[in-house]
Amino acid sequence: MPLTQIHHHSAHTDRVAPADTLRIVLAGNPNVGKSVFFGYLTGLYVDVSNYPGTTVEISRGHMGETELLDTPGIYGVSSFNDEERVARDIVLEADVILNVVDAVHLERDLFLTQQLIDMGKPLVVALNFMDEVSKGGLQIDLDLLQDLLGVEVIPTTAVTHQGLDVVREALLRARTGRQDHALHSRLHEMLSVVGSQAEALLVLEGDPHVAERHGVAPGTEREALYIARRNRVNDIVQHVVRDLSSKTHFRETLGRAAVNPLTGIPIMALMLYAMYKVIGVWVAGDIVGITEETIMQGYYEPWVRKVVSAGIQPDSAAGRILIGEFGLLTMTVTYLLGLLLPLVIGFYLILSLMEDSGYLPRLATLVDRLMTSVGLNGRAVIPIILGFGCVQLGTITTRLLGTKREKSIATVLLNFAVPCSAQIGVIAGMLAAVGGGLVFLYVAVIFLVLAILGTVLNRVLPGESSALLLDLPPMRLPRVENVVRKTVTRAFFFMKEAYPWFFLGSFIVAVLQISGGLAIWERLLRPLTEGWLQIPKEAATAFVMGMVRRDFGAAGLTDLAMSPLQVVVSLIVITLFVPCIASLMILFKERGSREAFLIWGGSWVAAFLVGGIVAQLLM
Amino acid sequence: MCLSDVRKGQRVHVSTIHDEAIRTHLIRFGICEGSPLECMEKIPFGPFVIKHNRQEIAIGREIAKKIVVQGGGVSCR
Repeated sequence: MPLTQIHHHSAHTDRVAPADTLRIVLAGNPNVGKSVFFGYLTGLYVDVSNYPGTTVEISRGHMGETELLDTPGIYGVSSFNDEERVARDIVLEADVILNVVDAVHLERDLFLTQQLIDMGKPLVVALNFMDEVSKGGLQIDLDLLQDLLGVEVIPTTAVTHQGLDVVREALLRARTGRQDHALHSRLHEMLSVVGSQAEALLVLEGDPHVAERHGVAPGTEREALYIARRNRVNDIVQHVVRDLSSKTHFRETLGRAAVNPLTGIPIMALMLYAMYKVIGVWVAGDIVGITEETIMQGYYEPWVRKVVSAGIQPDSAAGRILIGEFGLLTMTVTYLLGLLLPLVIGFYLILSLMEDSGYLPRLATLVDRLMTSVGLNGRAVIPIILGFGCVQLGTITTRLLGTKREKSIATVLLNFAVPCSAQIGVIAGMLAAVGGGLVFLYVAVIFLVLAILGTVLNRVLPGESSALLLDLPPMRLPRVENVVRKTVTRAFFFMKEAYPWFFLGSFIVAVLQISGGLAIWERLLRPLTEGWLQIPKEAATAFVMGMVRRDFGAAGLTDLAMSPLQVVVSLIVITLFVPCIASLMILFKERGSREAFLIWGGSWVAAFLVGGIVAQLLM
Repeated sequence: MCLSDVRKGQRVHVSTIHDEAIRTHLIRFGICEGSPLECMEKIPFGPFVIKHNRQEIAIGREIAKKIVVQGGGVSCR
């Protein structure tokens, strides 16, 4: 059974199932454990959209004859952003809705529940995190809640699978809930125009997209309807929840320590250090040493060369493209499986841990101030962190940012000044050899470029960036099972999306090499390297190699005889230099050809301009 | 006063929110005009962390400037 994942950029969703199958849709706020339900009910795992605002990913599976769809976490059905539009369209198509609710945050979660009830959809409510309810000193009157909502409410603790089989049975007898009388008569009028109660409600609530589909004017009373619903929900909560304790728990203390700058900055430093140890030292060093050198270059490459040589001359054009220096079957496969895959898994593992523990939104809060100065908000910390793993990974993740303006700024910063992990390894090695003050010079120059670039873009780009408004879920101990599955799913989908671009990139470079284009390019660059940057002319080769693989570029510099200052200048240039050709392809796909060309051309200018200025000033 | 003027640890209630989109978002989070809030953290020049009942929310400074608050607390209008 294939696990489908759809990236939606438009407001409209295609029907993903034949009209005659019963369709159950999972809906709930972010961080309520929806995906555990999905995994349990369908028997296959799916990406957990835990952090508010992850890339829109839709998963579907089957539960016997019925189809089950997951939706992004939302706080209400409307169309404020991509996730909401996607969730809205899936909810509109639902026959039955399984609404997962965080029992500890009923006041927040029941807003969506009541809205789904008002839409007239048959519903089952799974009251999740029941284990935390008693621990937190809360008491919930389940019978009363069930009566007030008019739908079945089932207590669950999803991580230990408690109550999940009851949910499965209850879905078969899902029923519509209790609506407000005043709203009911209003809906009735609109119903005759648009044909379904769910869409009638959204039109009344002023959803422009749904109104347009039916050729009617969107309603203007959203706020009044929302306030009425909010009051109704508050009233329900007041009747069913009893708060018996107000003592502060350790995890609350920890959560607060993570956002208090005094303790939060040391915690962040510790996290970054741990990340460096795990990814920089262990994954990039030990693991990649085994996967890239021992397995791929030691066993795989000689084997594939032998197999291909049997049919194709190795020094023919086809032979060089397939198994030559930049061969599609040699270098590209080794790079993808031996180097990129372990790094991507490492980065996703850390991200999933930070997400499931509730640390990620707190980190976003802590760095928000820094991000606003370059026209981003705290959320942008995610693509930036992933960009240190692979610039492509970061560029794809900019999808989760609120506005086009923010996506552009984050993409520029990633492609100009963030070195990817493959490159960092080589750069760190060379910097260690020059030592002391020159390491500081390198770091200072890169940071300065980041800051100037961000500040200028923030001034120049039209429009406004969105401000931070983020729900901070409680700190929770991540579940190993969940983290592992999430990491594997994400890494798989990233590799699936990225690998064709690596093959295409390598193919272009191999053709350039065979046709002599690469040599011409190197010759053209030489005056720039010797004259302006004052480094050996052979460095031009390294820069060109950097377009194939960023770490090749850096590695090409290690063999040159250079003074420590020359090393730093060349490293500055190679860091700021154009992204690798696979990243360039993703850049075109994500940001369009005009912006991609500007970024690509701009990084040529920035790399040689900044490197040259440092060289002219200090040499 | 605005939410951006509130001290850490101070308890206030929301009186007006000068932005329709933010008002709508906050209603869904459970916060509307009249809701009690507690300021849990104030990051220098950065966002505010507020607590409403059991829920903590990070609010960017630009948004906090648009939320007018008063001491004490009453229920939604």
